[in-house]
Amino acid sequence: MLGFTPADYSAILLSVKVATTATLLSLPFAFAVAYVMTYRRFRGMVALDVAVNLPLTLPPVVIGYLLLILLGREGLIGRHVLQPLGIQLIFTWKAAVIATAVVGFPLMVRPMRTAMEAIDERLIHVSRLLGAGWFDTIITVILPVSVRGIIAGSVLMFARGLGEFGATVIVAGNIPGVTQTIPLAIYEYASSPRGDVMALSLCAISIAISVVVLVFHEWLARRMVRRD
Amino acid sequence: MELQVTLQKRFNNFHLGVEFEVQGERIGVFGPSGCGKSTLVGLIAGLSKPDRGKVILDGETLYDGTKNLNIRPEHRRVGMVFQRPSLFPHLSVKGNLTYGLKRCSPANRKISFDDVVEVLQIKHLMDRGVKYLSGGEKQRVAIGRAVLGNPRLLLLDEPLSALDDSLKFNIVPFLKDVCRTFTIPYLFISHSLLEMQIMTDQVLNLSDGRVLEKTTAEALVRARMGESMAGYMNLLRLTSPQPVDGIYAYNWGNQQLLIASGDSQPEGLFELLSTDIILFKSHPEAISARNLLQCRVIRTFEARHRIGVDLDCGGDGHLVAEVSKQAVEELGIRERSEVYAAVKATAFRKLV
Repeated sequence: MLGFTPADYSAILLSVKVATTATLLSLPFAFAVAYVMTYRRFRGMVALDVAVNLPLTLPPVVIGYLLLILLGREGLIGRHVLQPLGIQLIFTWKAAVIATAVVGFPLMVRPMRTAMEAIDERLIHVSRLLGAGWFDTIITVILPVSVRGIIAGSVLMFARGLGEFGATVIVAGNIPGVTQTIPLAIYEYASSPRGDVMALSLCAISIAISVVVLVFHEWLARRMVRRD
Repeated sequence: MELQVTLQKRFNNFHLGVEFEVQGERIGVFGPSGCGKSTLVGLIAGLSKPDRGKVILDGETLYDGTKNLNIRPEHRRVGMVFQRPSLFPHLSVKGNLTYGLKRCSPANRKISFDDVVEVLQIKHLMDRGVKYLSGGEKQRVAIGRAVLGNPRLLLLDEPLSALDDSLKFNIVPFLKDVCRTFTIPYLFISHSLLEMQIMTDQVLNLSDGRVLEKTTAEALVRARMGESMAGYMNLLRLTSPQPVDGIYAYNWGNQQLLIASGDSQPEGLFELLSTDIILFKSHPEAISARNLLQCRVIRTFEARHRIGVDLDCGGDGHLVAEVSKQAVEELGIRERSEVYAAVKATAFRKLV
């Protein structure tokens, strides 16, 4: 089909794999951060807010570079945590996952937080008075009531993850068949002579995946409205 | 139920400082909006932390500022019903009702699910989503949910205020029945004296973050008679109506009352304002008012510039009428004197 090479196929699969893994990996953290920012009052809240939202305004290349410094062989985490454990992250698909997760994190947190802020405080009070502890309340009230925000955040991060380029290219490189995702493959085709057709074919695939994701989101949202 | 409370709580520019001790099953907390009623119940429930003080419920200390003791809300076994039903939107009616029941330790489970459902008449709603319920149905489910948590004290924070009048008095019998059937003591919070009269035996009168007095709804209504245009609210529970010429006749004491707002339901609660009762010294031969009751004056009491007259209307019939000071002299009203009370059939308002 469309004359894709095995490397192209693996780029398509890798894109989906990286975006999915990054989304699933971020979910519990994003939920926890959204919860803390909505329900807890503490010193350093502004700092946390800024830190979480920073990737939204920073150029992805900057994030990629900072991650490279942090996770690389000489980096703080790379040297003291990853190396002793024998973990090699940089220039693997796992690095692409981390880059995608960091860049997409604020996009995931924001809708979750909006959904949590919209929860009537009395629902939480009622659940506590009916004997539910705070963790029980999170799982049985806050989570299900804010589920739309959770889905919206996940879809946003997944979609953003499919298009991640700047941070990924720095920490994971552009190795065909290993760390090359769709955007990186398109970049390579676009900058090579007679690569236009292949670049366009990959663009079509990219559009197709995005449409599927958006349709899925819409379907899920409608199903929930009906359920209500 | 025995509740001892000494609490201090300061907000930006509001200070709540209360100290009281109450014993009983039906306690009211009365006061205008902004006087700290909801703050007080929030503190008793443990939803917010007092600055200092003590809360002791049935001998168990729930909060003690000096000992740094603050039992979490989920361990206080105090239930709450708010102004709005606040049902869990993601759960069915059944899911809402059983939320507290599931979390209640077996030793404390005394109230059965089926009994509550029966008293509140919500069996047919069981599998519905809560968004498809009417306002009254939602509040009934909210009451059921709180009761099924098997609380030792129920905090009713203006549970009727968000409902319109007809709905409000529809909920009242359910609320009273459920608390009586399962012997759950409650604190009933409201700014409505009428609700206080219906729902409580004792009342804590709150104003500006302080408990002014421990009193009764009856005493409050009498004290306020002179201030309010409406006067004293007589509440009459009447039974077995008979249709008569398009209106309804109810037996009351050993007399009969003709009421325009009556209906065929076997029992009704009616409100009659003291200002709608006219007193005559002797029998007026002809009068347009359809109810003319022969009464004996039990006593009179003063409220501002008005005089309240306690009337014994025979049988269990008892009314409070209201007259001016001159009228007292002109009619010669004093203890044991006989008067006729005239009330129009349209003066009665049906509450339930």
